Amino acid sequence: MASHAHNEPESDAVLRVKAIEQLLTEKELIDPAAIDAIVDLYENRIGPRNGAQVVARAWSDADYKARLLSDASPAIAELGYTGAQGEDMVVLENTAEVHNVVVCTLCSCYPWPVLGLPPGWYKSYAYRARVVREPRAVIAEFGLVIADDVEVRVWDSSAEMRYLVLPMRPAGTDDLDEAALAALVTRDGMIGVAAT
Amino acid sequence: MNGIHDMGGMHGFGAIPIEHDEPVFHAPWEGRIFGINFVVESFVEGTNIDSGRYRIECIDPAIYLNSSYYEKWTQASQSAIVEAGVCSLEEIEARMEKLRSEAG
Repeated sequence: MASHAHNEPESDAVLRVKAIEQLLTEKELIDPAAIDAIVDLYENRIGPRNGAQVVARAWSDADYKARLLSDASPAIAELGYTGAQGEDMVVLENTAEVHNVVVCTLCSCYPWPVLGLPPGWYKSYAYRARVVREPRAVIAEFGLVIADDVEVRVWDSSAEMRYLVLPMRPAGTDDLDEAALAALVTRDGMIGVAAT
Repeated sequence: MNGIHDMGGMHGFGAIPIEHDEPVFHAPWEGRIFGINFVVESFVEGTNIDSGRYRIECIDPAIYLNSSYYEKWTQASQSAIVEAGVCSLEEIEARMEKLRSEAG
């Protein structure tokens, strides 16, 4: 969608980023290969499949779930997921009585080690402004209607605290192993705008 | 700071812009500035995720609303390196001009 047709001037942002990268490279302050590696990490290695593993483990192992809910970051680190923007994570358990949904009203705070970088809508002005005021309406725009007798809790992330929703385990999944369970878990479910 | 970034509860932004099968970065430059920002934090003293966010919060409100997410990151990275004396704004803009004329 961002393809650049010939004869069409490059945008200010494209040129500015290119200029900054060239100048910092010439001053030997950055190595373009290091930038390539960071891009690859977040495009291909760190993403919601990590969080899905955490959720599947919690569904399968009651002791793990207890550790996850009491102190999330170390429990998540047990599965090897650590790093930037995940120093202090909190896991919020959905139940038949309570549905949790996460936002960062100020910008885009998000638990990178388990979900990767946030989608555009999470960073959008509409989501940031509205989900704290009318969470049920916002969640319904994603196709999930929360029953009136279920309490909705909205969690506003900060640089210091990032949240991951633990969705309810779907009915009829008793026979599934962890890998099969993980395949059921979506990014949106772990933000709280989908059931699973 | 009670700035434009403090958006919780505001009215008028419309429907949530949901994009299916969204790429992590919508264009290569977004990934470049994301990575550059990471590395800038390693050589500009006093910069980190908090200072980056503060720089974004200091963007003029009209520009803030009209800039994409990674355009704001670009502004934050640029102001960090300019203030640290690593590059001047003139140097960056002269290089942009050069790139523009080469592309033309």
